[in-house]
Amino acid sequence: MTTTSVSKPSAKVKKRNLNTEDYFTNGSEDCENSKERFRLCQDMLDKMKSETELVQDELNKMILDSLLEFIRKSATSFLSREDDWASHMRASEIPTAALVLGVNVNDHDMTFQSLSDQLQQSVTPFVVSVQAKECTVVRHLLQKVLQRLMGMSVSMDEDEEEGSTDVPQKRVHCSLRALCDWYKTVSKKPSGISPGKKRSSSEMEFPARPPIILIFKDLEAFSPRVLQDLILICSQYTQELPLLFIFGIATSPSTIQRMLSHSVTSLLCIKLFQSSSCTQHLATVIDKLVLTSQFLFKPSGKVLQVLVGLFLYHDFSVCNFIKGFKLSMLEHFHSQPLSVLCCKKEDALARAERLSHQEVERVRQLPSFMRYVEEQEPQEQVELLTNDEHVKEVCQKLLKSLRKYHKNYFPILRCLHELTASLPKYPLGKQIRELHVTCLERKVWETEEYETALQLLRLLAKDELVSVLHKCIEILKPGKTKKIREALRQLQDFTAKFQQLDDSSAVEINAEGGEGDTACGHSLQKKTDLFHLQKTLLQMKESRRTKKRSPFELLRNQAVEYIDSLVRMHLTPPESQPLHEVCYYTSSGTLRRHLNATPRTSIQTALSHPYYYLQNKALRSEAGAISSAAPDICIAYKLHLECGRLINLYDWLEAYTTVVSAAESDSPDPSEKGKVDEVRHARFIRAVSELEFLGFVKSTKQKTDHVARLTWGGC
Amino acid sequence: MSVLLQHPGYADERLRLVTERLPCREAQARTMLALMGEPEQYSYPSIFIYGHRATGKSYVTQTLLKELELPHVVVSCVECVSAGLLFEQVLMTFFGSSSSASLPRSPSFSDFVRLYRQLCTQLPANQTRYIVLDKAELLRDMDANFLPGFLRLQELVDDNVTVIFLSEIVWDKFRPNTGCFEPLLLHFPNYSKVELQEILAQDCHPSYSPELYSSYINILLGVFYSVCRDLRELRHLAALNFVKFCEPLENGEAKEKDTHKLWRNIEPHLKRAMQTVYLREVSSVQWEQQQQTEERETADMRVLSAHDHVELPFYSKFLLIAAYLASYNPARTDRRFFLKHHGKIKKTNFLKKHEKTSNHLLGPKPFPLDRLLAIFYSVVDSRVAPTASVFSQDKRLLFSGGASISLPVVLSEPVSTQCLGSPTPDPQRTLPYLSALQRAHQVKVNPCEM
Repeated sequence: MTTTSVSKPSAKVKKRNLNTEDYFTNGSEDCENSKERFRLCQDMLDKMKSETELVQDELNKMILDSLLEFIRKSATSFLSREDDWASHMRASEIPTAALVLGVNVNDHDMTFQSLSDQLQQSVTPFVVSVQAKECTVVRHLLQKVLQRLMGMSVSMDEDEEEGSTDVPQKRVHCSLRALCDWYKTVSKKPSGISPGKKRSSSEMEFPARPPIILIFKDLEAFSPRVLQDLILICSQYTQELPLLFIFGIATSPSTIQRMLSHSVTSLLCIKLFQSSSCTQHLATVIDKLVLTSQFLFKPSGKVLQVLVGLFLYHDFSVCNFIKGFKLSMLEHFHSQPLSVLCCKKEDALARAERLSHQEVERVRQLPSFMRYVEEQEPQEQVELLTNDEHVKEVCQKLLKSLRKYHKNYFPILRCLHELTASLPKYPLGKQIRELHVTCLERKVWETEEYETALQLLRLLAKDELVSVLHKCIEILKPGKTKKIREALRQLQDFTAKFQQLDDSSAVEINAEGGEGDTACGHSLQKKTDLFHLQKTLLQMKESRRTKKRSPFELLRNQAVEYIDSLVRMHLTPPESQPLHEVCYYTSSGTLRRHLNATPRTSIQTALSHPYYYLQNKALRSEAGAISSAAPDICIAYKLHLECGRLINLYDWLEAYTTVVSAAESDSPDPSEKGKVDEVRHARFIRAVSELEFLGFVKSTKQKTDHVARLTWGGC
Repeated sequence: MSVLLQHPGYADERLRLVTERLPCREAQARTMLALMGEPEQYSYPSIFIYGHRATGKSYVTQTLLKELELPHVVVSCVECVSAGLLFEQVLMTFFGSSSSASLPRSPSFSDFVRLYRQLCTQLPANQTRYIVLDKAELLRDMDANFLPGFLRLQELVDDNVTVIFLSEIVWDKFRPNTGCFEPLLLHFPNYSKVELQEILAQDCHPSYSPELYSSYINILLGVFYSVCRDLRELRHLAALNFVKFCEPLENGEAKEKDTHKLWRNIEPHLKRAMQTVYLREVSSVQWEQQQQTEERETADMRVLSAHDHVELPFYSKFLLIAAYLASYNPARTDRRFFLKHHGKIKKTNFLKKHEKTSNHLLGPKPFPLDRLLAIFYSVVDSRVAPTASVFSQDKRLLFSGGASISLPVVLSEPVSTQCLGSPTPDPQRTLPYLSALQRAHQVKVNPCEM
């Protein structure tokens, strides 16, 4: 991988449009259509963004709704506090919502953002969120809160940062007293709008005394002392200030009790809210982004595995998953020139019509297309290899069939998942994404797991089977292609037949079964000795094997056979489809390098093979040898690899000068060679300190003129 | 009822009002009045009042000062995140709102004294001024000269001023090493059961007779007195459960006289409240909802201390385990536990060294970062690539996990050097990492060393 790839993620981050496009077109191989690809990519990114936001909103809706309900209720209770005997008697508590969000800390920002947006829209303009890293002491916390609420700079006693001392400004101490005064003036005005907020009061009506909501985004990271102090302070103002807390908790609700003492928790009135799990969230996102024919871009099995692996092994963060997905899409459009065809049907067909000669050549070189050509008649083969126009026509045909393949693939995949998801031990995986990956990688019907799944299906009881078939029918209903219609009709037939069986022959089967059972029971009762028992058991087994199958069993087998045929027809891996390279991104290695970097390995590579990064011909060397042209630090690094735990600095210096002077062998005086002059000495010292900075060596107290190695092995 | 407070300096009318409002605290109030003397007289420079939580320290002091209309200021030390706030509040109350303007940006105690002297020459006190410092134990954390300074403020500013300290901690814990002016100590003892009963019975519900409420309080104290003597908390509980107590009366099932019936109705309810509401596992609002909807269906109410299952990513789990092992196992046993061919260990020697005390009793120990990672690599079954994600996960682990999942990972002081020694020689990654450590554990890490 060259260094150009490094610039791509940064290109994504920068949202300046022109620049992004430049970046995109710069590195890619084919300039003339890269602009087109860039446009396509951006369209798709936008679409994906809106889609994921929709998913996010839907998932958050329930918890946010109940939270809003809670906040509204406590906001109204502030108003009615005075008159009631019970509330007069009760110690004044601060209403607190504990929001348990799970360990995927990266995703929380999104939730809090939408939460505070909704609060500001419907409940109160006074919403403040604080993070632990901004508030290490109470003073900073108070300052942050006041600043954000009052929208003005609040001076501190020891002001460290801003040079605003020269401005003759009325000092406002960051105390809750100041906040109280401010609140009184603000809530007295009917508009009730703080200067910092942009919203105009005409848009929405807030209650007479809108509550002040404090959101602690990461409760665990706050120091308990700070939090306790803040709560103590706030509790003294409950009569004047309608305060409300929201705690964002990553682990478990018992954190609150662990952090705060009883005397402090008794000042809070805590209600718990639990968000949906992140795995469920991921399943929805995959459902919406991957398992759909709506988005043409598809990750291959390996790529999907990398993304899901990162999620499961590292962070549980759906945001990061989506980022990774976007990155793979960007990479695809960037590196695959034929991805111009990865767009809407009409556009793709029209674009296929306009393929240039170069692009047609590229199509011919696609492995899947080559395979397709080999399958054709010799006459056709020649035609395909020579006639550009013909290739374009075939391309259109193939694109259509690829689209059809996707339209059939996903409904059938869902059906198969529905059928196997309830089987014991989940032979084909609990989640649909596992099944999807299997189907992408190989022919699913050739796997052992598929065999066992089908066998288990053949043993399914009738009511289970029928209910599952009904679910499948529901899945297939929206399908529009001919094949799906056909499958739908067949499955409906099957369920109808099962129904008939139920009505007509229920009595019959019962009678039969009962007869057989009683006969066996009789014979068992008669003979009691071991030999005979064994014999009868064997006989029974024999008879069962040869026993004529009941109509239900026959029908069940038929149904399973049919499903098997559906799977064989539609769930073929995409590699078998010609032109699949247009839609599928396969380079999982690149993705892994980008998303899950290995800093240690890359540092070692850089030090031991500087050519890898610097791309300088002079640095190319065979393994093991120390090139004298390499940067100083590389030489020092390689020399240090040959030493033991303690390195004598002087020996190291000598070795270093020897290597370096080998390069300057054309020096006039041979006695100069290997001599330590000041420049070399300085260069050596710099190299060693750089190594120390990188953590390879450190000074040791055991011997003053030695340094200790901090890595093992290596030579 | 109690004897009326009497003092020549104040009107009898006011004193009677004060007496009424301070039930069960007559003795303390009398002592305080005696100390304060008549309004114009100089009082003792500093009075230190201590007593347990909710024993009426602030209440008695404030009622006396307010009802007798003496010039005073009440400052809560928790609120004073900076010294300036404290000074400002005092000066503003005594000398008007513009007085604090000339206070420098980060005032020292001498600035305060200077300004006070200046202002009090313009506005000399004709009555004793009182400064009440609530939660005075926090004064100890402020500058060293604050506590001694306030103790002899009268002498320093040359004004008729008395400082009253309120604290839950005894004076012995305050006394600075260098010695100071000794304040007068005044102790507020806990309320006895009879006194609690008397006080609680005073705030009876307007629509029920005082006798009924008093009997209710009696029952309440019978249940809660063994676990809780905090007046504030008891009042809260009384308010929460009174509705339930009155239920039979509302429904007409019982009359106010049927104390036994009422007792049977409320007693199991109160016991349940003791387990949940008192420990704040169920908040008061939830408790009220629970009372409204019948008990049966609310069994699934989520309780705060409920130990629920925390799902963690795969590597985080193992990092957590590794951190646990590293903090509780002595380093010399690592070889034995985590290496396949560790060689023979002299059993007797090993056992002899092994102290009988469990490592868990000694608490977690600090460990270097590379030890954590070494254990991590050997604990995880499969080969783990040393990727950035794994390293950055340590950060997250310490953020959410290590600090809170009952695993106090403590990292040692020389973290910075050890971190350099670890196989993560990437300063860009380690620097934020270290700052995260610092945040989580207040480890002193100097970024310049990196």
